[in-house]
Amino acid sequence: MSDAASIDSMPVVPEKVEKGTSLTRDAWLRLQKNKLAMICLWVFAAIAALCFIGPYFKYIPGLREVLPDPNATHLSERSQLPNATYLLGSDHLGRDIFSRVVHGGRVSLMVGLLATLVSITIGVVYGAISGYASGRTDAVMMRIVDILYSMPFMIMVIILTTMFGNQLWLLFVAIGAVEWVTMARIVRGQIMSLKKQEFVEAAVSLGYSDARIIFRHLIPNTIGPVIVYTTLTVPSVMLLEAVLSYLGLGVQPPDSSWGTLIKEGADRMQSDPALLVFPAIFFSATLFCLNFLGDGLRDAFDPKSSKD
Amino acid sequence: MALLEVENLRTYFHTRDGIVRAVDGVSFSLDNGETIGVVGESGSGKSVTFYSMLGLIPMPPGRIEGGSAKFDGQEILHAPGPVLQKIRGKRIGMIFQDPMTSLNPYLKISSQLIEPLQIHENMGKTEALKRAIAELERVGIADAAKRVHSYPHEFSGGMRQRVMIAMALITRPEILIADEPTTALDVTVQKQVMDLIRARQKELGTAVVLITHDLAVVSGFCDRVHVMYAGRFVESASSKELFTKPLHAYTKALQASIPAMQKKGEPLFTIPGAPPDLSTEIRGCAFAPRTENHDPAKCPPDRRPEYKEIAPGHWVQDCPCCVQL
Repeated sequence: MSDAASIDSMPVVPEKVEKGTSLTRDAWLRLQKNKLAMICLWVFAAIAALCFIGPYFKYIPGLREVLPDPNATHLSERSQLPNATYLLGSDHLGRDIFSRVVHGGRVSLMVGLLATLVSITIGVVYGAISGYASGRTDAVMMRIVDILYSMPFMIMVIILTTMFGNQLWLLFVAIGAVEWVTMARIVRGQIMSLKKQEFVEAAVSLGYSDARIIFRHLIPNTIGPVIVYTTLTVPSVMLLEAVLSYLGLGVQPPDSSWGTLIKEGADRMQSDPALLVFPAIFFSATLFCLNFLGDGLRDAFDPKSSKD
Repeated sequence: MALLEVENLRTYFHTRDGIVRAVDGVSFSLDNGETIGVVGESGSGKSVTFYSMLGLIPMPPGRIEGGSAKFDGQEILHAPGPVLQKIRGKRIGMIFQDPMTSLNPYLKISSQLIEPLQIHENMGKTEALKRAIAELERVGIADAAKRVHSYPHEFSGGMRQRVMIAMALITRPEILIADEPTTALDVTVQKQVMDLIRARQKELGTAVVLITHDLAVVSGFCDRVHVMYAGRFVESASSKELFTKPLHAYTKALQASIPAMQKKGEPLFTIPGAPPDLSTEIRGCAFAPRTENHDPAKCPPDRRPEYKEIAPGHWVQDCPCCVQL
C-alpha cells in the first residue's frame, strides 16, 4: 500500500457506486424495528392526513357528505347519536361533530407544526451561534434566554392578546417565543461538546469560515436531539394552544381547534358527552403518538441510551 | 528566505490557576520541501506552537504574547481572519491525531473531500469529485470511485487517516503539519501511514512538520529535529546528528526511553519526575531538576539557560547540568 503514488492513473470508471448509509438513515432503520413507535408514526400520519385533506372533501361529490360544512347548523337534527349521516353524531346546534373534529384538528396541527418549526429554526440557529461563539457573546445570548425563560407565559399572552386582539398569528408568536428557548439551550450544549471534536478543528484548519462551520458542519450533527425534541415540542405546543383556546385566548369561534372543541364539550359534558369525548380522543391519540414517536426516535438516534 | 520563519513565539494561556506559558520563546525555520520533527512529551507545547501560527488557539484563554511567524514573507501571527482562512487549508494543510473524530460523521467522504477545492479553488462539483477520487486513489484507497460516497463510519481508522491526508493535500499546500498522525493507530498501520506521507511529500514537494512524542518515528523521517520541553526548544540538530551525538540530557533520556533501544528483560527506562508546572514561571533550567547530576551550584536557579549554536547547525539549551559535551 505504501507505493500508493504509483497507482496514479487508475481509470475513474465507477462500476457500481456504493451508496453510504448516513447516520440519519441508520436511525431510520433502527426506528423501523421499534413496533410501538412505528404504529404511532402511522396513526399520527393518518390523523394528520385526514385533518389536512379532509377539508377538501367538499369538492368531491362522493365524499362531501362524509365531511359536511363544520359550521352548518341543522336545528332539526340536534344532539344526534352517531349514525350514517353524522358519523360521530351532531352537537346542540346540529353541526357534524366528525367534521368539526377534522377541521379543528387542522388548526391544532397547523399551530403545532408551524409554531414548532418557527421555534426550532430560531432555537437551533441561536443556540448554535451562542455555543460556537462561546465567551462573552455566549454569556450575553444565554442571559437573554434566561430572561425570556423567566417571563410568565400566560401573562405575556394575555397582554399580547389585549394589545393586538385575538389573532391566530399572535398564537404562533407567543408559543414560538416560549418554545425556542429550550431548543436554543439544547443545541448550545450539543454544539459546545461537538466543538471539541477534531473534525471542527480540521474544518478550521481547512480555512472554512465560521458561518460555514456552524451551518454545514455543526448543525447537521445536532439533528438527532433536534428531531427528538421537535417531536416532543409539537405535542406540547398543541397542548399550549388547547390551554389558551380553553381559556378563550386562542382560536375564536366559529373557527375551531381541538382546544375550543374540548372547551365546548366540557360545557355540555352532562347532556352531550360525545361533544367532549370525540375531540378528546383525537387530541389525546395525537399527543400520545407524538410522545411515543419522540421516545422511539431518541432510542434510534442514540442506541446506547436505550434501556434494554 | 525560508518558507516559514518563526521568531521567539510565545503563547500563554490565561487560566484561573494562573498564566500557563505553553510556548515560551520558540524560533525555527522551515524550507521548501524540508521535513522537520518536533518531539516532546505531552504538554510540552509542540502542538500549541503550530496551532498559534494558524490561529487555531481558542482565545481567550489563549493569547499570543509575542514573536513573529512569517510564512512566505508574510506575517501571519496576528493576521486578520480572512487572510488566515486563505492560508489555512490552501497553503498549509493539517492532519490530526485521532482519525476517528477528525472527519465529520454526518457528511459523505466525497463532500468533505471536495469542500476545500470548492472553497479555495472555486472548482465545480464534477471536476472536484474527479480530483477527490484521484486523490483517494493516491493515498491507497482501493476502489476509490466506488467508495467515495461512503460515510466516515464505514471506514477503518487507518483508512480515515488516509482520507485525512488526502483532504489536507488535495489543494497542494506548501506545508503539511502532521500532529501526531499515528498515535491513535495500530502499529502496523502506523508504518503505512508514515510511508504514505513520505511518498506524497516526495511527489508534491511539500514541506512537512511532524509533531510527535515518538522519537523513533522521527529518526528515519525528518531532516531536522527539534526537541521541545516546557515550552521551549532544548535541542535542535539534523536528525542524524541528534541521534548520534545528542547533547542535552533530555534528548538522551528520550532516546533511552525508546523500548527497542533497550536490553531485553531489564526494566524499561523512564525519566524520573514529571514535567514542570507551566503555570508558575520557570526561573532556572526546566529540566535540570530531573537529571541525576543536578547541582544547584552549577546550574543557577534564577537564570534560564541560553539557546546556543554549539556546533554548526546544532543548537542546544546551554545548561551546565544538562549538557555534557
